[in-house]
Parts: sequence; structure tokens; C-alpha cells
Amino acid sequence: MDHNLLIGGSAGQGMDTLSSMLERHLMRQGYHVFVHKDYMSRVRGGHNFIQIRFSDQPLTSHRHSLDLIVAMDEATIEEHLPRLHPEGFVLCDEKLGQKEDQIHGFPLEASAKEAGNPKTFTTAFLGLLVKWYGLDLETMEGMIIEAFHDKSPEANLKAFHLGAGLTDARMDLPPGDTEDRLLINGNQAIALGAIAAGVTFYSAYPMTPSTSIMNYLAAKQNEAGIVVEQAEDEIAAINMAIGANYAGIRAMTGTSGGGFSLMTEALGLSAITETPLVVAEVQRPGPATGFPTRTEQSDLSFLLTASHGEIPRMITALRNPEESFYQTARAFNLAEKYQLPVLLLSDQYLSDYTVTTEPFDLSRITIERHLADEGAYSEEQPYQRYAWTENGISPRLIPGKVSGQVVLADSDEHDEAGHITESAEVRIKMMKKRMGKMELLKQKVEEPWHLGSDNPKILLVAWGSTAGPLQEALQLLQKDKDFPDVAALVFGDLWPLPVDRLEKLAKSAMSIVNIEQNYTGQLAKLIRQETGIACQYSYLKYDGRQMAPQEIVEALKKEVL
Amino acid sequence: MTDVKCFHSSDPSAWCPGCGNHALLAALKEALAQLDKNPHEVLVCSGIGQAAKTPHYINANGFNGLHGRALPPALGAKIANKDLTVIVNTGDGDSYGEGGNHFIHNMRRNLDIAHFVHDNMIYGLTKGQASPTTQLKHTTEIQTEGVTLEPIKPLALAITMGATFVARGFVGEKEQLIVLMKAAITHPGYALLDIFQPCVVFNKVNTFQWYKENTYTLPEDYDSSDKQQALQKAFEWEDGIPLGILYQERKPTYTEQREVLREGPALVDRKLSPERAAAFFDDFR
Ligand SMILES: Cc1ncc(C[n+]2csc(CCOP(=O)(O)OP(=O)(O)O)c2C)c(N)n1
Ligand code: SF4
Ligand SMILES: [Mg+2]
Repeated sequence: MDHNLLIGGSAGQGMDTLSSMLERHLMRQGYHVFVHKDYMSRVRGGHNFIQIRFSDQPLTSHRHSLDLIVAMDEATIEEHLPRLHPEGFVLCDEKLGQKEDQIHGFPLEASAKEAGNPKTFTTAFLGLLVKWYGLDLETMEGMIIEAFHDKSPEANLKAFHLGAGLTDARMDLPPGDTEDRLLINGNQAIALGAIAAGVTFYSAYPMTPSTSIMNYLAAKQNEAGIVVEQAEDEIAAINMAIGANYAGIRAMTGTSGGGFSLMTEALGLSAITETPLVVAEVQRPGPATGFPTRTEQSDLSFLLTASHGEIPRMITALRNPEESFYQTARAFNLAEKYQLPVLLLSDQYLSDYTVTTEPFDLSRITIERHLADEGAYSEEQPYQRYAWTENGISPRLIPGKVSGQVVLADSDEHDEAGHITESAEVRIKMMKKRMGKMELLKQKVEEPWHLGSDNPKILLVAWGSTAGPLQEALQLLQKDKDFPDVAALVFGDLWPLPVDRLEKLAKSAMSIVNIEQNYTGQLAKLIRQETGIACQYSYLKYDGRQMAPQEIVEALKKEVL
Repeated sequence: MTDVKCFHSSDPSAWCPGCGNHALLAALKEALAQLDKNPHEVLVCSGIGQAAKTPHYINANGFNGLHGRALPPALGAKIANKDLTVIVNTGDGDSYGEGGNHFIHNMRRNLDIAHFVHDNMIYGLTKGQASPTTQLKHTTEIQTEGVTLEPIKPLALAITMGATFVARGFVGEKEQLIVLMKAAITHPGYALLDIFQPCVVFNKVNTFQWYKENTYTLPEDYDSSDKQQALQKAFEWEDGIPLGILYQERKPTYTEQREVLREGPALVDRKLSPERAAAFFDDFR
């Protein structure tokens, strides 16, 4: 069973409440759920829709074709009817349509009025839907009481039952399982990962689609013991985080591309002062203000060289919410081990879709601080922040912790003690010390996910959030007898670029195709730069909407066959 | 009182002979010694400029960051470790120009840090361009027709922005400067101390003599809790510029207002385990 329903309407019509109650109910009934939202950048009006896909099998993507449309307005029907399966239905209020063909109108507004409050319209709709799907009514009653405990639960309950009374159960869903799962999106997972990693300070300036990381942490700050500070701008946000990390806690900042542009000078500050730093960059289509509520993967090339001068850095792209959690926690260990900035690259699609995910295994998380031995320093042997060591990593002492020892960090080129230097010799040594970290990081980077054939004729390469749609596309391609042996490599860690699997699979492949949500094929450029391997074909999408599995399949057939 | 010698740095100074920064640095060390501070308990943050070299010339923890960005790391560090004595030593260009936005908003935060602006009314390090406090008609290589931008009045700005400690010192009044520095450091909340610091190379208008002749010390019976009067004083210029604490009030600090910081040890001393995330899983079930 794989069912895809769409709820459409304009902002302010209560779609969110309807959707979130239904999603949760489906998850609690043991289904896998994938929810994808498409919002316009406005608070009221416009056309918005939410797609809820559920199944008894794991899901990794949204999909294009619809099985049911829940229309709150006329525009929803006009816009989405072409995607509706021939056996699917549109459910709406009676004023939008009558029981004809696929469009079923019900007296929903009338039910809300009868319940005593026109605002209970969405709850009546919820009743209709729960009954339509043959889902459990009783647990939903409990959820309604909980959700509306301070906003007339009686009227909502009444509307719910009136709505349910408008239809028979129309579907016979297979039962779900009893596994415990979380329904979570990428940004929430980053926030939880930060909490697990021991973050106690998060400074940021609001920018869609990164803001929900800050929202979640702010809502939990007292409970979790995190100070969340809305900075005056992104420059302040990143510099605050650097100061806090210097002083010995784990601090983080997050933004989208525009804000990251403002942060670039301080990225270099983190690198030259050798202060650990984790930044979440949740991409949206640029440049400038771009497409604020849409998705794109177009900041990779920028992140690779962001900041003037040459600095060591690590870049990892997040591939799904589960990974957003674990990789955020890992980022702090790497940032502290190598004393450099680690950039987490997400995007609007990943930040906003929610998917049922295994509960996070906290025993897999470690907090590795890599701090200096406090007893190692004395008056004769004073601490030096940038002391030469064999591997270039100087012991990091927390300022204020050892009597008589001070910690001096400097954005100028500096000597071992952190004092400004003009020496050519020291400059060379310091550059080698910092840039040498890239060699150490190469041993730590994780190879890309390898999906499909071990001896592919066609090799697909992708990164970050396209992972989910690509996973499903690959399954479809493998079933297609016209399509040759295919494999995909989906990169998470991108800098330094892990190349072993790529070089191995590239040998057998007759063509390599890069699949990216950008215009210039930024992964392909990076691969070519690092390995000389060229992609012969590409599927590039930059309309602000995430590619769906079927789209990838069709594009590949057109491009490659 | 600690021995002032413990604050001496081995790094040779790159400041010009006769620069006002030398006396300012000496006063800073003296103030810290008189406050019984030890080097490891103090963090000096700065941006970039001549003044911003201060962290190198004092033996204390130091964070010499980016031009204009002295305040944000200082804030981050103080939030991380509320037990540190955090002082920002940086220039007028750094504080009021490139870092103007941070200046404005940190006054609103009232975090417990002392901000010492080495105000030489010029960009020293970059060789003499106008700063936000350079006076009208002052000619430079860039401002060839003289400065036409209205100079910033940092103390008036601070008072209107709700700063809880607003003062001005002059390196030529060393004893007074030490007293002002001590008061700023011990003030609970954000303390702005703008310090007249002659630049002998690039500011030939506002010389040591000029400051001597154009400043006066606020009388002993001056009431620093009177905001209206303080604002008037902050605008005094042509007929004498007041030195001393213009305005001071006690308001809750950032630390006192934020629940996470208010109670318990400094953040840096808290033991954290990944398990703390488990409490939030139910939000997603
Ligand atoms: C982003 C950036 N812009 C410009 C500079 C060049 N710069 C360094 S210090 C400075 C002005 C310094 O003036 P001030 O802060 O008054 O310090 P002073 O040297 O007078 O003590 C400038 C423009 C820089 N280092 N970084
Ligand atoms: S240029 Fe001016 S401010 Fe800089 S050190 Fe020389 S005298 Fe001092
Ligand atoms: Mg200056």
C-alpha cells in the first residue's frame, strides 16, 4: 500500500492543523509517513499545499501522482486535478462541487455551523477523512481534546463526528505495525542533534528555511539548558558562536545562503584562530533574496571556497532527517578534534519534509572534546595556543581554567603564543599546520552511499537531499528492463571529497550522470576537480521544486537512453 | 591587590612612541591589579586596529578577532563563562564604524562586559582616514575637503540606547582613568568607557594638548543617575568636554534575565550527556 493525498488551500485556512493531526494519527497507527509542504512566501492567502504519503513500507520521498485531493478551495482542484489518479477522488465542501465523477462535495461548512462554530470546518474535514480511510475514530477523539483543550473542545468533537457521519469507510488499509517511530523533519533533527551533542549556545538571525532550528531550540531552551540568542545580524551570530566556542562550550549557528554570505569573513576567523565551529547552512534558491520558500542545492561551490584566503574546512551534506541528527553530533566531534569549521549543508526540502524515522540511538553519540591536559603547563612551560605539534593540532585549553595560564587567539597571522608575526618562516609553518588538517580529515570522511549495481553501466552521482527521491527512482529503474545496470553514489561528506568508491565504480560505467538541484552541476565540477572524472550527462533542476522519483526516471530515459 | 607585573606581556609593542595607547594600557593593568584580578580570570577581546592590538600587550586571555567584530565574540565568551571578567579594548572606528550594529544592540542586551573605546578620533592603523568621531572640517587624505559627516556622539547614543554605564576618560588623567576603568569593570551590565587617546602620528588636530584644553572633570556632586542631565552632558563639546561617569543605573543584566544563565554554574562547567536529548523525542511521537 502506498497512498498519496494532497491538502490544498490558502494560508490561514487551518490546513496545518488538519495535516498535523492526520499525519500523527497515521504514524501512531503504525504507518510510514512522508509529508511534503509547498508554501508560498506569505502569511495569508496564496495557494499552499501539503502532500501526505503513507505506506506500510519505508518512504524516502514525496511523489507526483495523487490518490486523493482534499480541496479547501477551487484553486486546489484546478491546480492538482491533472495529477489525480483516474481512480482517485477530490473531497471538498459541497459548494465547490457535487457528487459527480471524481469530485465529491460534502456539507462540511454546514456541519461546522451545526457544531456551533464555523472555525471547526477543518475538524469536520478531519472527521470525514478519518472515516473515509477507515481509521480509528476513538484515538482521534483523544487527540482532538488534547489539541483544542483551550479552544472549545466540545464544538470540535461535535464537528468531528458530524464530518465522520458524512461518509462510509471507503478504504480497507492493511494494518500498520507496532514499531516506535518519530515523525521529524531535517531542521528538528539538527536541533535534536545539537542538544545531544551538548550544545549550550545557539546564535542566529532569522532566515527561511533555517529559522525552524532556532525555533525548536528556543522553545526548549530552559528545559535543555541552551541559551538561544537572536543576533543583530549573521555577522554577529557567527562571531558570537566563535567567541563561545573559544571560551570552551559547544556553540552553533545556522542560516541560509544570504546569511552565510555575510558570515564568510568569520568563517576564516574560525579557521585561523583554530576555533571549532559548526554552521548549518540550509539552502534556498539564490542569489540575493531569490526564492525564499523554495529549494535548491546551489551553495556547494560557494561553500567550498567561502572566506578569503585559504582555509581548512569540512563540508557535509545532510541526506535525510535521520542523518541530520547523527551528522550534527558528529560535526562537533570533528570540529573540536581538528579545531576548524564544519559546515552542515541542508536545503529547504530536507528542512521541511517530515518522515517517520527510527528513534535516535543515543548510545551512538559521543561527546569528544579533545581538550588539553590542564596539568601540563607551568610558569616554566607556559601554555601556547598554537604550539607546534607533529600533526599540527595544538592542545586546546579553555581560558580561565588553569591558574597562571592564558589563552590568546588571533585573527592575524601569529606565532605559537598567538602574537602577531610578520615572519615569512612562521607564516609558512602556520599555513602548513592549518592546511595539513585537510590530510587528516581525508581519513575521516565517509564514502558516499552506494545504491544499486556493483558493476554499473550507468552511474548516477548526487548529494544531499536528492538522496530520498533518488533511492526510489533507482528502485523504479532497476525494475525497468530497458534500462541497463545502474548504480548511484549519493554523497554526504563533500569536502574533503571521498573518492575511493567513485573511482572504483567509474571504471565500469559507460556513462556517469550527475543529478543535482542547481544550474551549473556543482558536484560534477567538484568531482572533475578532484579526480578528473567527467560526467557525460546531467539532470539539473533549478525551478525551486524538489525532483520527484518519477521525474528522475523520465529524465534519465530521455537523457541517457 | 595582585602584582601589576603579572599582567606584563613579553610581546614587544608596535605602537608609536608617544601614542596614547601606552598610558591607556598601563592604566588597564593597574585597574586589574587593584581589582585583585589574575591574568587567567580576565579575557580581553578586540577587533582590528592599533587599539585592537591590546590583547597582545597584556598578559591575560585574549581574543583578537575581526575588524568591527570585537563585541560578538566577547558576548559569546561571557555567555559561555559568566565567571570570566570580559573587557573589550578596541578603536573608535572598530566600535562605532564597522561594528556600529553590534555596539547598538549590545547596549540593549546589558551583558556584563566593559567596553573600552580607544578614541583617537581617527583611523590609526590604516593611516589617518576619518573615523565616526572625527570632527567636522578635519581634513585627511580621503576627506580632502574636510569631514562633512556629522560626528557620532557615542555617549549620547549610548544613553539613548539604554546603556547602564556611560563614561569618558582621557589618558592624560591617568588616576581618574584607573578609577573609571575599575568602575566600568565592576559595573553589573554593559559599561561603555570612551577614552580620549591621542594619536601622535595621524591626528594632528586632537592632540594631547587639545584634549587637555578641551576637557574638564565632572564635579564631585554630579548626579550620575539623572538621565536628562547626562544626555545634556553627553552633547557638551565646544565649551568643554566632561570626563567622568556621565550616567549609571542598575538594571537587570543579560545573565540575570536569562533563566539558563541565572542559576547554576557557568555553561562551560556544566556536564552534558547525549541523554539530554531523550526528553524531547516525545515531541515527535
Ligand atoms: C573588514 C575590514 N575592513 C577594513 C579593514 C582595515 N582596517 C583595519 S583597522 C581599520 C580602522 C582602525 O581604526 P580604529 O578602529 O579607530 O583603530 P585605531 O587604529 O585608530 O586604533 C581599518 C579600516 C579590515 N582589517 N577589515
Ligand atoms: S598610529 Fe597613532 S594610534 Fe597608532 S600607534 Fe601610532 S600614535 Fe598610536
Ligand atoms: Mg581610532
